[in-house]
Amino acid sequence: MLIIGEKLSIIAKRVREAMMKKDKGPIQEIATRQWKEGAGIIDANIGPAEDGGEDLMQWMVTTIQEVVPLPICLDTTNFSAIEAGLKVHNNEWGRPLINSTSNDPERFPILELGAKYNSQVIGLTVGKGGLPADAEERCAIAAEIMGRAMEYGVPLEDLFLDPLVLQIATSQDHARHVIKAIRMFQEMNDPPMKTVVGLSNISNGCPKALRPILNKYYYLLLAEAGLTAAIADAHEMAEAEAEKALFAEVAAGRQIADAHKQAEISKTLDVMMGRTLYAHSYLEM
Amino acid sequence: MSFTPPKESYPGKVYPVTIGTGGKAVTIGGENVLSFHSFEGETPNRPVIAMEIQDVPPADWPENVRKVFEGVSDDPVKWAKYCQDELKAKAIALRLVGTHPDRENRTPADAVQTVKDVLAAVDLPLIILGSNHAEKDSAVLIAVAEAAKDRNCIIGKAQEANYKTIAAAAMANGHKLIAMSELDINLSKQLNILITQMGFDKEKVITDPMCSALGYGLEYTYSVMERIRLAALTQNDQTMQQPLLGDVGMYVWKVKETQAPESDLPQWGDAEQRGILWEAETATALLVAGAELVIMRHPRAAAVVEKVIEELV
Repeated sequence: MLIIGEKLSIIAKRVREAMMKKDKGPIQEIATRQWKEGAGIIDANIGPAEDGGEDLMQWMVTTIQEVVPLPICLDTTNFSAIEAGLKVHNNEWGRPLINSTSNDPERFPILELGAKYNSQVIGLTVGKGGLPADAEERCAIAAEIMGRAMEYGVPLEDLFLDPLVLQIATSQDHARHVIKAIRMFQEMNDPPMKTVVGLSNISNGCPKALRPILNKYYYLLLAEAGLTAAIADAHEMAEAEAEKALFAEVAAGRQIADAHKQAEISKTLDVMMGRTLYAHSYLEM
Repeated sequence: MSFTPPKESYPGKVYPVTIGTGGKAVTIGGENVLSFHSFEGETPNRPVIAMEIQDVPPADWPENVRKVFEGVSDDPVKWAKYCQDELKAKAIALRLVGTHPDRENRTPADAVQTVKDVLAAVDLPLIILGSNHAEKDSAVLIAVAEAAKDRNCIIGKAQEANYKTIAAAAMANGHKLIAMSELDINLSKQLNILITQMGFDKEKVITDPMCSALGYGLEYTYSVMERIRLAALTQNDQTMQQPLLGDVGMYVWKVKETQAPESDLPQWGDAEQRGILWEAETATALLVAGAELVIMRHPRAAAVVEKVIEELV
């Protein structure tokens, strides 16, 4: 699985402050740590970046690539900031990834950038209206995005379909819909379409102690469904990989020696597969 | 070949909850099927309508429901006796709305006196509700729970912000407890878990997922209630098997459709009949969604709903 390190996001206070002050130290430290932990791409999320987005993205791309030999995931809704970032991106370390286009007409031009700069592009399966109701609706939107990618000259091998992970605390059924969508997306082309998720949104709004548990086991479920890439915490995902065998045992209905782990995995699986209703204290029940 | 109607059976069951004492005590819940599906399983108890009264005169109720209680609503004791003796109510819900800091700001001691007077005057099961001011309710409900000790009342509403004190007071004085969350099934489950983690018996809780009136989000309440009930029955979720409450009257009698006079909106027809139907429709929908207890204001609306229940059980 390709991990796109999520830690350089404007939402994090330390990162935001470093971006505002153009202080390279924290950015390079976090980027380096994610690389060491196994990230294959570094996400640079600068938010909507309406003022000075071009400068900020260029600064982020060069700052990260000064110390880390990895490509960057350019994560913003600002079209010109993405283009500015692509211009300075060092393709020697891999092709960049744009986050993202979607089925919203305002996001179509992103595909032009993908074609022009030979970049990979994430296609988020949402439209202008509401959120997709289920896996089938996600596929219908994916088909539209695929058609459009070909029109704009982005090869389907360079498109990563993102089914949009929603919070389990408020949209529990979508945990299952997303897993199913990952399976279905792959069927939509030969070779199979690539897929990606913003993983940690699954645990957004959940108690802090629960978040790594939900992130890890959801990652393993998605990996099993064939997910290509995850925007995630590389450290957490390394831990998830280490628990893969235990997880598979419990998922197959077998007992493992560690009773605490057994309960943690099986209760989390029940919640993700919709067999029990989510509540913040579900592990205590 | 004869047709055999398919029957669903479920692993879960709703807890039966008894309120009140003596001959007038009633039990709600206990079924192992969806509402009114008596052809599929056990429905030992019928839903109950509690008539709403309050500690201060209902100056904020619309004329068409206020006038029904003229001559009795100036005194909660007279009002309660009227519900018991004239309306033949099966339960009474006393809302201590006058304790709200923005209303009359009555003290916990005032509320205690009202509760004692009402309990002395009637022998129906009593639901004692605060003013829905999280902080003030803590103080008021602790005091009245003690004043009503051993009368097996329902105390409410415990919410995320104040459940600890209210649940402790209900537990110490032998009452049932309303656990209210705001139209969120996951938070409803979480609140039930938190309350039972305090040592409160899960079979003494009534769940209120928050009511809404027809035209004002009723479908949200309906959907949350239905999903709670399905979790209780199909998933045998022991944290979701409490009877459900629809606090109907309060939500219905503040919407435009129950207030606007016919002179302003002639196309809407007679205002009184419209209000009564609005309350009856809302309550009926929630009974179908799963409510076992509904709190209502207008006696004629309650009579309509009683008739619906009679026909469906």
